[in-house]
Amino acid sequence: MPAPVISASALTKKYKDFAAVDGISFEVAPGESFGLLGPNGAGKSTTMRMLGAVSTRTGGDLDILGLDPDRYGPEIRSQLGVVPQADNLDQELRVRDNLIVYGRYFGIPRAVVAKRADELLEFAQLADRAKAKVDDLSGGMKRRLTIARALVNEPKILLLDEPTTGLDPQARHILWDRLFRLKEQGTTLVLTTHYMDEAEQLCDRLVVVDKGTIMAEGSPAELIRVHSSREVLEVRFGSERNAVVAEQIAGLGDRVEVLPDRILIYSADGEAELGELLRRGLEPITSLVRRSSLEDVFLRLTGRTLIE
Amino acid sequence: MSDPIPVPELVDGESVEGRASTRSATAAAVRPRRFGAWYIAEHRLLLMRAYGSTIVGTSIGNPLVYLFALGVGLASLVQAPLGDGRGGEVSYLAFVAPALLASAAVTVASEEFTYPVLSGFKWNPVFTGARSAPISSAQIADGVIIAVILRMVATCAIYFGVMLLFGAVPSPLGAVGVITATLTGLAVGVVIMAYTSTVTEDKGQMAIIQRFIITPMFLFSGTFFPLTQLPGYLQWIGWISPLWHGNELGRVLAYGLDEPVWLTVVHCAYLVAIAVVGWRAAQLVMTRRLDK
Repeated sequence: MPAPVISASALTKKYKDFAAVDGISFEVAPGESFGLLGPNGAGKSTTMRMLGAVSTRTGGDLDILGLDPDRYGPEIRSQLGVVPQADNLDQELRVRDNLIVYGRYFGIPRAVVAKRADELLEFAQLADRAKAKVDDLSGGMKRRLTIARALVNEPKILLLDEPTTGLDPQARHILWDRLFRLKEQGTTLVLTTHYMDEAEQLCDRLVVVDKGTIMAEGSPAELIRVHSSREVLEVRFGSERNAVVAEQIAGLGDRVEVLPDRILIYSADGEAELGELLRRGLEPITSLVRRSSLEDVFLRLTGRTLIE
Repeated sequence: MSDPIPVPELVDGESVEGRASTRSATAAAVRPRRFGAWYIAEHRLLLMRAYGSTIVGTSIGNPLVYLFALGVGLASLVQAPLGDGRGGEVSYLAFVAPALLASAAVTVASEEFTYPVLSGFKWNPVFTGARSAPISSAQIADGVIIAVILRMVATCAIYFGVMLLFGAVPSPLGAVGVITATLTGLAVGVVIMAYTSTVTEDKGQMAIIQRFIITPMFLFSGTFFPLTQLPGYLQWIGWISPLWHGNELGRVLAYGLDEPVWLTVVHCAYLVAIAVVGWRAAQLVMTRRLDK
């Protein structure tokens, strides 16, 4: 296995008494697409700021491209592309100028950065908006411009913090497609998300993070196999009855989760469980058999849903 | 702005392949480490271009209006002799012009180091964007300051040109006033920047700076009349005001204001000291805010 591009060991960030990141360890291999999945406040963004060599760790070890960010911040950042959670494009500049100004930050000569800006506008499907004001772009376009900007220095590692939060489904799919292309080209991706579908689409491997610690690690399929059943039967009896019905269905499946709005029955065969449920004379308002997802993994590991 | 630092020693288990990426990182950071502040300054100047016509308009309009109103209009009413030149009495126009030049720089500083700095953190957070590039927080502060220095030099040069047209500069040394005026603006500006960089919520602090610091500074710094005309208990405002020191320095250069040499040295030292301390403070505040 080639040397990891990122290696974190007992990585910690404390603000006075509060540990935003509480001793997490992981490695990212070159070309890998690695995800941090967790709810808001899990410490994902703080971790990303440390990986981005902006925020200084308060404990543990961190090695990025063979360098310690405490001492080699500019060296590390010269090899990173960063897509922050909140867009920080220069809204007072035009679309293309945003790329040029940012490219200059890396010391790239003007002629080179001008050529690269045009290529990146093509890649981000923004070529026709080159002269537009950033303010006039849609949310999805701004996000794509931020990604284009992050690529201006041809980074070895791309850090994406909640890349599609707040975007509509179509804009998310366009973005995923662009990220997938980068992955195919061999760019290492590190992304945080609280969307399971995003993690499943983009990540080769991920860690589930909660309250600053790692709860589990593996590929999406592995995590589901280890921490959940193959299928899930979701039934709704109406919010008043869910709790009452719960007693009657005890023993069904491998495990039962009673949520305020629905009951989840984990099993290798969802249809069989539904048949058993009906035999017991229970008639759910709605029922659905689906494959287990990372949402189920998260629920199992933390007892909470990802989006609250 | 240091030289490239050596690649760290090979550690156990490190591959040559890994070392290659470390080397390219080290090479790529050489220019940003050295010139990062200038890249930020480039960006700031590009932003100023958005209101470039306003900048040029006010740079030419202001000296015309002020020199005409004060140097020609008010001067006709000023009866008291201003006999403080080495060569004897000077006109009111010659007296007021170097101080107006310094005031012009302070005006630019009070514009550029208030809202544009606050905005860079808040409404148009370009500073956090820059921080993800291989640029340090101190370099971001430096770049902002460098760009404003350039704007102050340009504004003061134009101002000085108009002063020449009015025949308001008896001594050729007066041209050095462009530099001392810029130094005055810088001293006031970096202190303002160190403060505005701490502001997280806009509760009208910028207007307070303008009304309760900048405006009184103009009035009580010996700009329009000698500081000695103020009652003794108000003169301390002038002594601590960078603008008074800048005004007097400009007068020494423009028409040979008659003051002891040690006092001229104090003017220079005071302005340089505030500029250095304020600049360093601005860097530290920027670092504390962006690196957390």
